[in-house]
Amino acid sequence: MFDFFSGFPAAGSVTPFPALLAFNTEPLAHLRLLDIAVIAIYFGMVIWIGFYLKGKSNTSEEFFMAGREMTAWVAGLSFVSANMGSLELMGWAGSAYQYGILATHWYWIGAIPAMLFLGLVMMPFYYVSKTHSVPGYLDLRYGGGARTVAALSFAIEMILMSGVNMFAMAVVMKVVLGWDITFSIFVSSIAVALYVGLGGLRSAIFNEVLQFVLIWGGALLVPILGLYQAGGVTGLKTRILTNLQTMSGVNPDSYLHLWRDTGHFASNPMGVHWTGIVLGLGFVISFGYWTTDFLVVQRVLAAHNLRAARMAPIIGSFFKMAVPFIVILPGLLGLVLLQNADGSRRQLVGEDVVAACTLNSASQPENPAACIAAMQKTNLSPESKQKVLAGGADAELHSYNQALPLMMVRYLGPGLLGLGITALIAGFMSGMAGNVSAFSTVWTYDIYQPLINKKGSDSHYVMVGRLAIVVGVLVSIGAAYLVMHAHGIMDYVQALFSIFIAPLLATILLGMFWTRATKLAGFLGLMLGIIFSAGLFMWVKLTPSALATVALSPDAKPMAENVFRALWAFVFAAVIVVVVSLLTKPRPVAELNGLVYGATVLPKEEPVPLYKNEWAWAVLVVIIFAVLNILFW
Amino acid sequence: MHGSGIPIWFFIGVLLFLYGVMVFGYGLYELSTGLYPQGVQLTNLHTPIWWGGLLLLVGVIYLVRFRPGRIAK
Repeated sequence: MFDFFSGFPAAGSVTPFPALLAFNTEPLAHLRLLDIAVIAIYFGMVIWIGFYLKGKSNTSEEFFMAGREMTAWVAGLSFVSANMGSLELMGWAGSAYQYGILATHWYWIGAIPAMLFLGLVMMPFYYVSKTHSVPGYLDLRYGGGARTVAALSFAIEMILMSGVNMFAMAVVMKVVLGWDITFSIFVSSIAVALYVGLGGLRSAIFNEVLQFVLIWGGALLVPILGLYQAGGVTGLKTRILTNLQTMSGVNPDSYLHLWRDTGHFASNPMGVHWTGIVLGLGFVISFGYWTTDFLVVQRVLAAHNLRAARMAPIIGSFFKMAVPFIVILPGLLGLVLLQNADGSRRQLVGEDVVAACTLNSASQPENPAACIAAMQKTNLSPESKQKVLAGGADAELHSYNQALPLMMVRYLGPGLLGLGITALIAGFMSGMAGNVSAFSTVWTYDIYQPLINKKGSDSHYVMVGRLAIVVGVLVSIGAAYLVMHAHGIMDYVQALFSIFIAPLLATILLGMFWTRATKLAGFLGLMLGIIFSAGLFMWVKLTPSALATVALSPDAKPMAENVFRALWAFVFAAVIVVVVSLLTKPRPVAELNGLVYGATVLPKEEPVPLYKNEWAWAVLVVIIFAVLNILFW
Repeated sequence: MHGSGIPIWFFIGVLLFLYGVMVFGYGLYELSTGLYPQGVQLTNLHTPIWWGGLLLLVGVIYLVRFRPGRIAK
């Protein structure tokens, strides 16, 4: 997921990707019967899993927490897979095309330290407190007020994000395959409602692991074949330096460095400063997402014991470090390998430019003046611009976000293309299922049970959970159509997450590591932090020049805004929690056992050999992480 | 997975096995007929054969290793 930079992070443009709906062009790929069979088998499999697991999801513990019997491997793969939606795969491949290797920060410093912190430091408190959700932890630590704010925020955000995911999938299927939007929305919704409604969290987790394997099986060929064709890593570097020389305003070498050119906003393609990467992305956003977003934390809470719960994020971190190979590398390869039918280099552009240069039925730009104006902002070569305006074959522009599908179409023939498309569909459905299953848990445990019906039986709550999944899917469909008809809403929906997560992180961290934090402070810190964060978002939205203030530089790009907004919201919420705590009476330390560091006696774990020890594996992760960052400095 | 009957790895084995058969089978068809899809690059590497074969192999290993009823150590 990581959708807080917009579902398609590469967009970074005025017009969001729903503009693609305006297209009246040929789909990128045509599936053969073999490809359709591959996709149909996948749908059959996920529904089979749902029916198979129905009998194992009868109690609330089984339905909402998967019986807390997942191994570290299953929980770890599910943990990292719940985050690997197709928007993420396609969006970051597009970002790599646009910004170069800098996009890798979102996989390494933007994930690995937080995942290790969750496993080694925070997991014991989540797990020992036996909470069923992140709002549930807030309830135990701060009381009902903070829980309700968090639960409502999570519930709204999850259900809307599920709708956005659904709509995004339908758009991608329309653009890539020419499928009807309504067909895609309803087929995916019915499949998700069936397998999550029947098998609960266990079914969602099973399918996430399945999806993880499918993504690698379907997408791994692209970088392998691309690297072969580019002449290996050396050939790729040489081609990037050569090709980008021809584009004005870009230092080609900066596409190949993670940190070297982040000393100034203007000296790297992303327009970001290293302080923003380290503090905003590496700390606030990353820790906020990986340690407090219930969508991912729920997967780890389903582990069968504390050691497995601690190992799960560490196992996940190994795979997370490897994901750039199937996401970032295809984007970089696309930069040098994608070609038009006449053999010239195909240059991708932003969604707004693609929309402005939409072709009519005669393959001519519908609005040449708008197209010319839009192309002025790009690095398209004069020949490419001329070709677009002349119309005809090869005149169609493609967006950064289509880098991965274009690479798939380039290398994958019948069967393999079906596998690649299945990987994308699986990613979308997993994102929807993750949101819907987390919504069901939060609705049932944190809203329905405490606020509406405290005395229901266990089977009653399972029924409420199942109903919540059906209602959640229906509301998601509504959200999908809402986004389709009012494109601007998409920005707001995707901003919800980023607005909410930074204050939540401050509230949870202070609650977990400071015994002095009080009930009122937790409630106010979360509430006012969300309002402050939303205020910053609206300020930039209504006054674009405010970006220079929020992100500290007029050279900052929209992506830098997200990073810095999160940082300020975190600081604001933390100050509120600290100040209010110091002015109010704290809970007795004895009441905080199992909830706060320093007040908790953690269960003693049996000694295990080094190869099963979570700390040993974490050290290995740190070493690999450091080596990778130095290697690509 | 503990105590849930068929492990997830078995489902993965089924899927990889089916996909392996389909992709590998198509690769053999391509090789025997010499008919390659238009517009697809590097067909000379016969990707469906070795990638389909790999999927098939991994699928079989998972099917055997995680078949239902096999007692986990």
